[in-house]
Amino acid sequence: MTRTEPMLRIKNLRAKVGDKEILRGIDLEVGAGEVHAIMGPNGSGKSTLAQVLAGRETFEVTAGEVLYQGKDLLALSPEERAVAGIFMAFQYPVEIPGVGNLYFLRTALNALRKRRGEEELDAMDFLALAKEKMKLVAMDQSFTGRSVNEGFSGGEKKRNEIFQMAVLDPKLAILDETDSGLDIDALRTVANGVNGLRTEDRAMIVITHYQRLLNYIVPDRVHVISNGRIVKSGGRELALELEQQGYAQFEPPSRPGRAGGEAAR
Amino acid sequence: MSAPPTIQDFTSRQYKYGFVTDIESDTVPRGLNEDVVRLISAKKNEPEFMLEWRLKAYRHWLTMKEPRWQNVRYPPIDYQDIVYYSAPKPKGQGPKSLEEVDPELLKAFGKLGIPLEEQKMLSGVAVDAVFDSVSVATTFKEKLAKAGVIFCSFSEAVQNHPELVKKYLGSVVPYSDNFFATLNSAVFSDGSFVYVPKGVRCPMELSTYFRINAENTGQFERTLIVAEEGAYVSYLEGCTAPMRDKNQLHAAVVELVALDDAQIKYSTVQNWYPGDAQGRGGIYNFVTKRGACRGRSSKISWTQVETGSAITWKYPSVILQGDDSVGEFHSVALTNNYQQADTGTKMIHIGKNTRSTILSKGISAGHGQNTYRGLVRIQKGATGSRNYTQCDSLLLGSNCGAHTMPYIEVKNTSSQVEHEASTSKIGEDQLFYCTQRGISQEDAVSMIVNGFCREVFKELPMEFAVEAQKLLSVSLEGSIG
Repeated sequence: MTRTEPMLRIKNLRAKVGDKEILRGIDLEVGAGEVHAIMGPNGSGKSTLAQVLAGRETFEVTAGEVLYQGKDLLALSPEERAVAGIFMAFQYPVEIPGVGNLYFLRTALNALRKRRGEEELDAMDFLALAKEKMKLVAMDQSFTGRSVNEGFSGGEKKRNEIFQMAVLDPKLAILDETDSGLDIDALRTVANGVNGLRTEDRAMIVITHYQRLLNYIVPDRVHVISNGRIVKSGGRELALELEQQGYAQFEPPSRPGRAGGEAAR
Repeated sequence: MSAPPTIQDFTSRQYKYGFVTDIESDTVPRGLNEDVVRLISAKKNEPEFMLEWRLKAYRHWLTMKEPRWQNVRYPPIDYQDIVYYSAPKPKGQGPKSLEEVDPELLKAFGKLGIPLEEQKMLSGVAVDAVFDSVSVATTFKEKLAKAGVIFCSFSEAVQNHPELVKKYLGSVVPYSDNFFATLNSAVFSDGSFVYVPKGVRCPMELSTYFRINAENTGQFERTLIVAEEGAYVSYLEGCTAPMRDKNQLHAAVVELVALDDAQIKYSTVQNWYPGDAQGRGGIYNFVTKRGACRGRSSKISWTQVETGSAITWKYPSVILQGDDSVGEFHSVALTNNYQQADTGTKMIHIGKNTRSTILSKGISAGHGQNTYRGLVRIQKGATGSRNYTQCDSLLLGSNCGAHTMPYIEVKNTSSQVEHEASTSKIGEDQLFYCTQRGISQEDAVSMIVNGFCREVFKELPMEFAVEAQKLLSVSLEGSIG
């Protein structure tokens, strides 16, 4: 069977923070146009995986490799990864007081364009682009005058992440618990935004604790991560199964105290 | 956890304006005694009252002790090892126009990005350029004269407007005020003088560029700005200095007087040589700045962006004497490497319904130490007065320090004082958020710091705001990769 090289290939990835090993051998392949959901209990390593892929230095990669478009991703700095088309929607978007939301985004977009050898957008062209993309997540004008994430509600922050994603137009988007802290309406808005960005050549990794997000963003594949490893993979029915049975079945016997988690109750 | 690379790279930036201009200096002998004071006064051909005033100050200074309460550290200063007067020697006669100014001098200004001629034609900003201790070029005088505004060097004011100088000199900062102000009163060489008559709105922003040039010359500037009833003036002060190994003392005095309904806006961008990455050299900037809102509904605002000097020690203050008068202080102080800053303000509320606002932004990087020290005093008679103070500190890296020392004295029950303070670190999470979006670490630091300072930059005149942002970015410059 011949298969084209996937966009992202993770092989036996191990990472630690301090002395604590969090990823203990992750294997994952994500192809262009695919949406993969990664689910798992709290502390299983979901968010760590996202941040390691984005290049956060807090985590030290101790083994394994990550090939992105056939190249060694781990050798790149966070901004080089962004230039290569990787975007991470943060679980906790960061506030930057005094820096205008649109100014920030234009700086980011132009930094990417410049390093890709593309022409930078002037203020007018950027504004036109931003206005168009704001519709996607139903953001109103009042967003534009505010500082990055400052004083935003939880839902506004998450919408802002998806808005940034729409403007920066990544090839691989990693959504880190984008559903956390959202009420059902906000969840729907964000999910609609994400669905609007699903294309043939864009891959997405959707990290979530709950299956409910996957009612709106329907994944091609679902992976269960537990104790730093992917312990089960399947189609979207796996998410439903988890909803009913919880994560307890995947908890390692050596850590009985942690079994269950919220999903099991 | 180690600090992100940017923060270490902070220490690697070089001072951009380090060069020495080769101009003959007309200096008096090293050291200080009554004869030196007399010599300075004689060289400047001053009237008797000035000499008397200087001598009074000198004699008082001899009885004073150098203060040690401030939160800065420096080796003892040998006051006998300072040259107290230095003036660029004119080749032949003194210059009557820019064309006659020493070309070396003009070149120096050019290097600093102050092309006088161009400014004359294009910018609409009058420049009273202080090179060492004597003003050598003043532009726009005619236009100002037409409006009745006097803008000249202090020496010229002493010669041409002695009655004004006599009336206001020392009326806000008396000769006996403090150790450094008293020293300044005895030996000050020159500075700027501004007088805006009743009802006149000064037609342009007034700007002075200071520059310390001759080696080991203490710089003792004296600035006096008077705004009569209903007058308005905006004054910009900016400076750079050449690289030096030896610390240079700068003890300036600035006095502002605002009468009824008058308004004075005083903006400073200070970029003196801060010393090298190990903390050697650099300017000691010990300055006394004070404004008196003498009239009803008068207003004085200080805006400062302090990025230079090895040690910055100053408290631009406002005495709110007139009823309904307003005092403002907006400050950005950045300390990097081994820089130290102990700065803040004093708001003294005397008149009824007086209002003051203090907005202080301190940024510490490297081994920098940044102290905000402020006094808000509301006197018994200052009923219905209000103060709002906000002090924010931003730390970059883990070897620097931020300190906040607010003093509040309220002596009546109808006044209101609010104080807010915050200390934050440029977080690894903020940097990662920026870099994940494709912004380099260096640009991210610059962006975050500029955002932190935005409220203060808003208060600066447009062209100064741009300069201040650039300066901050230069001060934050380091190489990535």
